[in-house]
Parts: sequence; structure tokens; C-alpha cells
Amino acid sequence: MQRKIRVLVGKVGLDGHDRGAKVIASALRDGGFEVIYSGLHQTPEMIAEAALQEDVDVIGISLLSGAHMTLFPRIMELMKKNQMDDVLLLGGGTIPPEEAKQLEGMGVGKIFGPGTDTRDIVEFIRHWAATRVA
Amino acid sequence: MSKMVSTELLNEFLSGSRRALAKLISAVENDGTQARAVLDELYGKIGQAYRLGITGPPGAGKSTLVDQLAKTIRASGKTVGIIAVDPTSPFTGGALLGDRVRMHDIATDPGVFIRSMATRGSLGGLSQKAQDAADVLDVFGKDFIIFETVGVGQSELDIVEAADTVIVVLVPESGDSVQAMKAGLMEIADIFVLNKADRDGASRAVQELEAILHLRPAAPWNPPVVSTVAPAGKGLDAVWKKIQQHREFLLQDGRLAAKRKQRLEKKIHELVSRRLKQEFWDEEAQQLLDASLENFQNQKLSPYRIVEELMNKFMASLQRKMEN
Repeated sequence: MQRKIRVLVGKVGLDGHDRGAKVIASALRDGGFEVIYSGLHQTPEMIAEAALQEDVDVIGISLLSGAHMTLFPRIMELMKKNQMDDVLLLGGGTIPPEEAKQLEGMGVGKIFGPGTDTRDIVEFIRHWAATRVA
Repeated sequence: MSKMVSTELLNEFLSGSRRALAKLISAVENDGTQARAVLDELYGKIGQAYRLGITGPPGAGKSTLVDQLAKTIRASGKTVGIIAVDPTSPFTGGALLGDRVRMHDIATDPGVFIRSMATRGSLGGLSQKAQDAADVLDVFGKDFIIFETVGVGQSELDIVEAADTVIVVLVPESGDSVQAMKAGLMEIADIFVLNKADRDGASRAVQELEAILHLRPAAPWNPPVVSTVAPAGKGLDAVWKKIQQHREFLLQDGRLAAKRKQRLEKKIHELVSRRLKQEFWDEEAQQLLDASLENFQNQKLSPYRIVEELMNKFMASLQRKMEN
């Protein structure tokens, strides 16, 4: 049986705009993934712990507060500590392109900016999963 | 990509690695063969984790109640494992598992392990998987295991039957649904929780519920009704007390042992059925069926006759296997 792809979708930090995260969560569900939605105001610790317990393949973080250059590295640090090297970290929200590039250079799989077609995200994850364990 | 569970992973698990615990739950969830390998290995170490089932209609506040209940149990020094089940879409195969949203308070407590599980449209197989996951949590050393499910549909009821104490959560507005649920949910509850009891009509709902319960013939255990306001933690101590009372009740006269024995028997029955089905439907059996369906409009053979032929074929192939 094909293993189900599990994705954790959450919002880190203080901003309370969860519409984007909910749209993404629904799109990923409709894409056939098992989406664990953690909701608002998560700390990096909560995200890392949830990802560990749920044994997810992908973590998707929505961030609109501007604190992405602090919070993403913190999440990556915790992922490393938890030996989650095989987990894909994705980001979305209002992140300037140059900083998005920087984050991608640091190990974030991809940053999806505003206006991204949700189908592209589904495809990106499918492609990643297909090439991962070949 | 079914990688077998390694000894290394099992050892990590036994030395208390939460990551290994998560991986083992995935293994039993994803693959029957792996579930077998894992549980063969671990079953001797299974403890006596007490299992709670929490169910009720959508929006009744089950997740919040689980969050608060886990906190209450933790305050007594015990550890908790939670298995939260949500439905898989039959159309896309995807699922949105949102129970963690309400479980903020316990999200980073190392004494709590929360796992979300999708039903994956498995025909009756779900309760197996949830039970297997609970067994893994049990061996890991959790004192209490809580199953949380949406109280609609048979497979969810099955899971709840995997619990020692079943709690059905209702809200003041559940009046009509209580009627509808009489046959299912109402019969499996050991404890009723009327959540959102700060709303209008709460005391009337409690009265109605108690009136329904009084119509039943007296039993050794009569399900109590407890009012709660879960987000505020109100009434949680009372729920916890009733759980302990029910546990005490089950511990008398060997009731708990009998219940668990019955559960194990049922599980073995189900596993045998699944195993037989797998063995039965080999390529040859499928071909035989296809051949008899080929000309089904002029079919003179009754379905029973076809089954008889399939059975004969199955018995013959068993015979051959025995001789080899």
C-alpha cells in the first residue's frame, strides 16, 4: 500500500491571520494528503514537537508577522535536534523574495509567496515525495 | 517502500525515544505485516494502560475536553497517550486532522503524546489500527490512553469499544440528536458529559438525559451525567472522579479482565477474518470469479453455487499446500 503523505500545517508567532493557512490545509487535504492542522500561535517548540509526534513528512509554516528570519531558523534547529533530517520544511506568507532565497539557502525546501496557486504546492510535495525514496 | 522495522528502532523505542515511538505508530498504521512484526516483538511487554474512549457529535467540545482531561490526569502524576481520529475523505483520500488545535495546553508536555489518525476508509480495519497504536503507547509506558473520535458511523463506535471507560460528550443543543443516538451512542456510554453547560438549556438537557437513563432497567453500573465547561476546566475534577469510580467498578468481580478478554477475542476473530480473506482471494480465485461473471446475464449458477466452487478451489489449494 502506498504510504500516505502526512503534512503538518501551522502558524507560528503572534499574528492571527489564519485564513491562508486554512486555505492551504484544505487544498492539501483535497490533494490527498493527511493534514494535521495545529492552528494559531504556535511556538517553534510546539511545531517541532507536533511534527515529531505525528511523524509527518512535511511541515508547512504560514508566517505573516515578519519574524520569519528568527522563527524559521529556530524551527530548523529543533528539527535537527529531533533528527528530522528527512522532513521537508515549507513556508508561506509575506516574505520578501531576497529573504525567501536566503531561507531556501539555509535549508527551507521552498517559500511560497502570496498568490501561489495551491495546486503548485500539492505538486511540489508530490514531486518531492516521489524523488525522496527512490 | 515498506522498510522493515529495525532492531535499532525497537531499541530506541524501548529506551524511551519519542521519535521511535512515532515511527512505530506509523509502522503499525501503514502496514499489516509491520504491525505484526512490531506487536509480536512488543506484546510481552504490554502493561496495563487504562483506556478511555471519548466520542460525541461534531462540535461538542471533545478535543477541548481531552485537553483538559489530560491536564487533570497529568496533575495526578500519570502519563497520557492520545489517539485522535478524524475521517478520511472517500473522494480524495485526504484528511484534515484538526484535534491538536484545541490541545495547546498539553502540546509540549513530555508526559503527553498526541497522535492524529485518519480513518483511511478502512473497512472495519480502523479499530485494529487504533488499538495497535494504543498497544504501542501502552508498551512505551503511558498510564492512560485516550481515544477521541467523532461519534458518527460504525467504525468510530468500534474504536470506542476498544476503551475500558467510554465517555459520550453532548451539548445542551443535542436534545434531538440524543433521540437519534439512542441506539448507538447512548448504549455505549459509561459516563455522559454535558459540555458547554454555561449555555441556555443546560440544566434541562441534563434532566432530559437523566430521564432517558432512568427508563433503563437498573444495571450494576448506571451512567452518571456530569456537566462541564471544558475551556475553563470546570467540572473536569468531577469527570475524573467518575472515571476513577468506573475503573474501581470494573476492577471488582473481575469485570475489567472479562472485558479485556472479550476485546482480545473479538480482535482475534477480526484478524482471522482478514487473514482468511487475504488467503482466499488469490489470483486463481479471482480468475474463477471473473470467469463465472463473464456471462452473468445468462448465468444459470446461483451465487451460492459460485461460492461453493470457490470454496472447493480454496480447500483444494490448501490441501496442496499441506502436501508440499
